[in-house]
Amino acid sequence: MALLEVNDLQVSFSTPDGVLKAVRGLSFSVDEGKTLGIVGESGSGKSVATQTIMGLTQGARISGEALFEGHDLLQMSTHQLQHIRGAQVGMIFQDPLSSLHPYYRVGWQLIEMIRAHDKSVGKHKARDRAVELLRLVGIPQPDRRVDDFPHQFSGGMRQRAMIAMAMALNPKLVIADEPTTALDVTVQAQVLAVMKRLQEEFGTAIIMITHDLGVIADVADDVVVMYAGKAMETGDRSTIFYRHHNPYTEGLLLSLPAYGDDRERLHPISGQPPSLITLPAGCPFRPRCPYAFDKCVEEPPLFDIGRAGDHQSACWLPTDMRKREKVRRDTLGKAAEVVAVDTSEV
Amino acid sequence: MSVDGAAQSDGEVLLRVTDVKKHFPVQSAAFFRRSHDFVHAVDGVSLELRRGETLGLVGETGCGKSTLARCIMRLYDITDGTVEFEGRDITKLSTRSMRPIRRDMQMIFQDPYGSLNPRRRVGSIIGDPFAIHGLADGKSRKSKVQEVMELVGLNPEHYNRFPAEFSGGQRQRIGVARALALRPKLIVCDEPVSALDVSIQAQIINLLSDLQEELDLTYIFIAHDLSVVRHVSDRVAVMYLGKVAELGEVESVYGHARHPYTSALLSAVPLPDPERAKERERIILVGDVPSPVAPPSGCRFHPRCPKAKDLCVHEDPALVPRLDDPPGHVAACHFPVADGENIADSTPEIGIEERIVEEGLVGNV
Repeated sequence: MALLEVNDLQVSFSTPDGVLKAVRGLSFSVDEGKTLGIVGESGSGKSVATQTIMGLTQGARISGEALFEGHDLLQMSTHQLQHIRGAQVGMIFQDPLSSLHPYYRVGWQLIEMIRAHDKSVGKHKARDRAVELLRLVGIPQPDRRVDDFPHQFSGGMRQRAMIAMAMALNPKLVIADEPTTALDVTVQAQVLAVMKRLQEEFGTAIIMITHDLGVIADVADDVVVMYAGKAMETGDRSTIFYRHHNPYTEGLLLSLPAYGDDRERLHPISGQPPSLITLPAGCPFRPRCPYAFDKCVEEPPLFDIGRAGDHQSACWLPTDMRKREKVRRDTLGKAAEVVAVDTSEV
Repeated sequence: MSVDGAAQSDGEVLLRVTDVKKHFPVQSAAFFRRSHDFVHAVDGVSLELRRGETLGLVGETGCGKSTLARCIMRLYDITDGTVEFEGRDITKLSTRSMRPIRRDMQMIFQDPYGSLNPRRRVGSIIGDPFAIHGLADGKSRKSKVQEVMELVGLNPEHYNRFPAEFSGGQRQRIGVARALALRPKLIVCDEPVSALDVSIQAQIINLLSDLQEELDLTYIFIAHDLSVVRHVSDRVAVMYLGKVAELGEVESVYGHARHPYTSALLSAVPLPDPERAKERERIILVGDVPSPVAPPSGCRFHPRCPKAKDLCVHEDPALVPRLDDPPGHVAACHFPVADGENIADSTPEIGIEERIVEEGLVGNV
């Protein structure tokens, strides 16, 4: 059984302009000790989906189910959720400065967190645990640093302190929402390394939400590519990078200034992401898709590509990868040669 | 550091920066600190920029790349050194005599939300440069603004819209249009795409390179995304703590990084390719960037450098060609990285951990 299994999650908000459909029928699952990467542009619903699962979206209309060890998180009372949040599921947010309270010492915040879930832990014991946690995430001199205020930490250290807090109660699952976006690449490498090490040590499952395909390539075992509140493509890491089926995934990869490539022109996805209030009929990516054809006015379901469950794509293009490849060459011509080589190897 | 660090010029030099320093006084941090401290944001940078080229500026947060750009634009008065634009020293010019020069140098900012006044219409935002320099009025201004809107791929009919009616990518186009209005020679792009989504980033990067070709522009391109910089730049300067660590042709620097900092930076870039990401050896630097208030002695990178030796603690390395690099590729390192050398396994020959602890170099930034 998967640790977390989300089925047909729908989240919408009422706004003065109409109903905003942030998540439209999202399903995914995470296994113990694995990392699921959720990648998408801003407004794709990747953060809303995970926040909803943790009961953090107030005033939203929610349907579907989110089974954590078999119990539906969406049906739980606030009180029940409080026992899950932090203790069973840790969360790491993008901006560590606004997630740590500026008036309280880092150690105090860690101790508070530990004791909120288990009153039997004494203050001194909790403090020892806080120091140990800071050491675990690689903060130098943790016994002194534990008494620092957040502003005395650098950006990377604050994010590491956030990781320490998320890991404090040995949760089974950590949801990391763009944990390294605000950090420099060298610090990002440090933080990702810390997360990987902790995962190996404690067998924690991680949901890594990011817009950065480089981070996904580095840490994710499985990947969900989201667009306009839907999963466009799901599969394991190498499937998504080397044997992707969906034109949106392809567009995302093609628009990157491929590291190590010569200086040819980039291939951006034309146009803008759609408004979530007035979505285009049919496939949400249709207005920007180079392959769009008449079938696309109907919204495609997630089709299995190859063996069931391994690789899915919401697209009307042929599910047979060879036929799909032919469509790609006919449409894009030479522009996609670089990617075409990768695909033909399979 | 001397000018001979800068590359030998084969094109016409548009901008020459010589030993520029910018120190900011640390204000009222008199908790436990002396009051006469300075942040050494830029500490002796020399560069040359040739007409029509793109110079990439990379480095971590706080390395001084934005400060340097603002010094070049004279948005800050520099502490020491000179900035020459088209052979003319603009370091000491008054605001009034700077004005005609400002027509030739413009800036594009990072945040397309913060850099446009939300209460003004797009037409008047882009028309500002014409108004400030008294170049066009009324109808002729409107037609000029619409012309430049068309140039950057905005619909000229949207002249009367407010910034809020545009998406992030389109707002960045407004920023580009404003910078282009007076057909400048130099444009400083300060993280122009980092606030944008990947698919939109590519649109703006293509736009900037089309415009460069069309209008013969010279760019200084600041970004922390090294793959973007590689894509757009002819030459690249890697900055660390207010100094240039390495400078040269893009392919030379990316292919034969001499400074261990450049190597570490390049190895930390997340690769959107799982196979290659797995193969490559990552150099994970210890600690954080030290405080620019009291930069480390000698080579500023030595407390984090895997190759550091005693010499690095005492002597600041010159920015000169290392090993058998071409004269245009310079690096400030006593023990440059050889091709194929793996510095991930190197251990410094000074007590790094102790140094970090002793001097409190970690995390006081």
